[in-house]
Amino acid sequence: MTGSAHAALVPHAAAIASLHATGIQDAAGLLLAFPLAGAVILLLGGKRTNSWGHLVGVAMPVLAFAYAVAAFVQMLGYPAAQRARDLVLYQFINVGRFQVPMGLRLDQLSICFVLLITGVGSLIHIFAVGYMSHDPERRRFFGYMNLFLAAMLLLVLANNYLGLYAGWEGVGLASYLLIGFWQYKPAAATAAKKAFVANRVGDVGLSLGIMLMFAQFGNVTFTGVFGAVHSASHGVVLAIGLLLLLGACGKSAQVPLQSWLLDAMEGPTPVSALIHAATMVTAGVYLIVRSAPIFDLSPGARIAVAVVGAVTLLWGAIIGCAKDDIKKALAGSTMSQIGYMMLAAGLGPAGYVFAIAHLLAHGFFKAGLFLGAGSVKHEMNDEVDMRRFGGLASAMPITFVAFTLGYLAIIGVPPFSGFFTKDPIIDAAFAKGGTSGALLGTAALLGAGITAFYMTRVMLMTFSGERRWDEKVHPHEAPPVMTAPMIVLAIGSVAAGGFLILANRLMNFLGPVTGVPPVVRGIWTPAGGAALALVVVGAVIAWALYGRREVPVTAPAGNLVTVAARKDLYGDAINEGLLMRPGQWLTRLSVYFDNRGVDGLVNTVAAAFGGSSGRMRKVQTGFVRSYALSMLVGAVLLVGTFLLVRL
Amino acid sequence: MVSPAHFIALSVILFVIGAVGVLVRRNAIVVFMCVELMLNAANLAFVTFARMHGALDGQVIAFFVMVVAAAEVVVGLAILTAIFRARRSASVDDASLMKY
Repeated sequence: MTGSAHAALVPHAAAIASLHATGIQDAAGLLLAFPLAGAVILLLGGKRTNSWGHLVGVAMPVLAFAYAVAAFVQMLGYPAAQRARDLVLYQFINVGRFQVPMGLRLDQLSICFVLLITGVGSLIHIFAVGYMSHDPERRRFFGYMNLFLAAMLLLVLANNYLGLYAGWEGVGLASYLLIGFWQYKPAAATAAKKAFVANRVGDVGLSLGIMLMFAQFGNVTFTGVFGAVHSASHGVVLAIGLLLLLGACGKSAQVPLQSWLLDAMEGPTPVSALIHAATMVTAGVYLIVRSAPIFDLSPGARIAVAVVGAVTLLWGAIIGCAKDDIKKALAGSTMSQIGYMMLAAGLGPAGYVFAIAHLLAHGFFKAGLFLGAGSVKHEMNDEVDMRRFGGLASAMPITFVAFTLGYLAIIGVPPFSGFFTKDPIIDAAFAKGGTSGALLGTAALLGAGITAFYMTRVMLMTFSGERRWDEKVHPHEAPPVMTAPMIVLAIGSVAAGGFLILANRLMNFLGPVTGVPPVVRGIWTPAGGAALALVVVGAVIAWALYGRREVPVTAPAGNLVTVAARKDLYGDAINEGLLMRPGQWLTRLSVYFDNRGVDGLVNTVAAAFGGSSGRMRKVQTGFVRSYALSMLVGAVLLVGTFLLVRL
Repeated sequence: MVSPAHFIALSVILFVIGAVGVLVRRNAIVVFMCVELMLNAANLAFVTFARMHGALDGQVIAFFVMVVAAAEVVVGLAILTAIFRARRSASVDDASLMKY
């Protein structure tokens, strides 16, 4: 594909002629095959597999994880410049000049995602065995989950945009199926549809971006596109960048396509943990980072990404502050944290590494938090209103400790994960310089404070204070099959950030793919210090409001901001007023025009003919004598006319 | 002296009688006979004009008309018989199913 000429121009491994996968990596198709086989067995096997289906469902991700670790170890054995390995599975499209081989790329970036997806995915599958144990449809649940894993792995492993798009749509489908898993609940069915529609808007952007790439470069492989993008005009690069961003906004629930994520919490909690926290919603960040060579050439597209991220991180954080539903509070937090990743990705090479670092750390602590929330929900008879919780620390000690570790990680207390991965993003935003840098940095800094506030609020309302439960519930600790994954994730929440950032491990590892920040700064930065101070302020305010005082069981009226945040900052109202209503008017107008205009004209003509012929046929009476009379009259008239004319 | 005008007048009278008979009578046999009357009125007019002009054309056509009339009677009476058998009625107004 791309020769050494391009490699010299482009500092990304993506554009370096990649090597062929050998050894264990040659079987990278297994990564897709394991979960796909699980999905096929469970979904096609039907009720026969009910008794042992969940075991298959858990085994497949674990096998995939084991394989991923082996491939990772093999990758570490290569020198840094040779770690990107390609593998052609088959010819996907073979039409004239349009050649798309369905290939996989194992490189530093994709292996990070593969390890996260299969690792955290396996843990969540194990958790789900316990969480879904009372559900008669558990087997179907695992089938969908495995389908999701297969699609997600295809998304991050494909070495071309078309394969990525196939995975992109696959995860969208799995997300739809799993949000609506309890489809007999109207709210779940609606939420699934909403997620699907909102994602569709983003997917249109991604597909248009891919079409534009093909139109411009005649190619949709990463190697081909990144090799040719230098010769494209600025406008084209900007257009591709913005279209990719639209796709990322849809999948990652970024403003303006954010509204679906909060409703997506209608799905089972393991789904929220895996799809709507740890993996699928981060696909947008993956897309941006993977397309780094495109964004590197377009400052306009980069700033758009950063602004979207900054707006979303505040948007999600504010929503998270007002929600009483524990899962929705965490969903707001997910939006906000992905906002951080997008902001980092929008900073270019200065931020890519931190975006991925935060993504990986977030995968651990947010999955852990969601599993904790699921554990609480499970024990509280599916109650999610935090105003009905309180004092759960003593009832569920393991969940409490795991949740607390996740909590410390997300708010960024040293030495937990979030501190190492979030503060560099804030620092990098300020380091961008100029007005934009100051604004983005301030937004990120504020976000850190708000994060501390809403997470402390969640902690206090759930685990401390008075017990505000119903008399009917008797929460006790979840079974080991649920607590074990939480413990592992909690360890990840503690250690992942430090492991990745200290000694620049992730930076050195990812550098060949994403580039490295121009200036490598230490762990302690002024911005980080300011963030830490704000975190303390946020946590103290939350304690003053929810820890020191009793939490009322019914929500107080709240001020203007609280009311707005409870309604998702009017995201639904904006969509409804700006898009849905005008759309409805448009369809109604079209229907009216169709009925009255097009059909009206045709029907009027037809009715005129029908009516007149109906009246005219009455002449045919069937009486032979009246026919004779009309013949006679006609003949007389004819003869009379002839005579008159003659005369 | 009997002039062609007399013959034509008779022809017209016969034709009108036939036409009125067709229009006012219900019995199919009578209607038939009235049709014959109209044909013969026409024949009379043909023959009169042929004689008046000293040409044979009209006389030949009169023969043709007779042949047609004979054929028509054959077919018509057959239809009539069939209808009468089916409906026990020879009224032309009863056979009015073929309508709108």
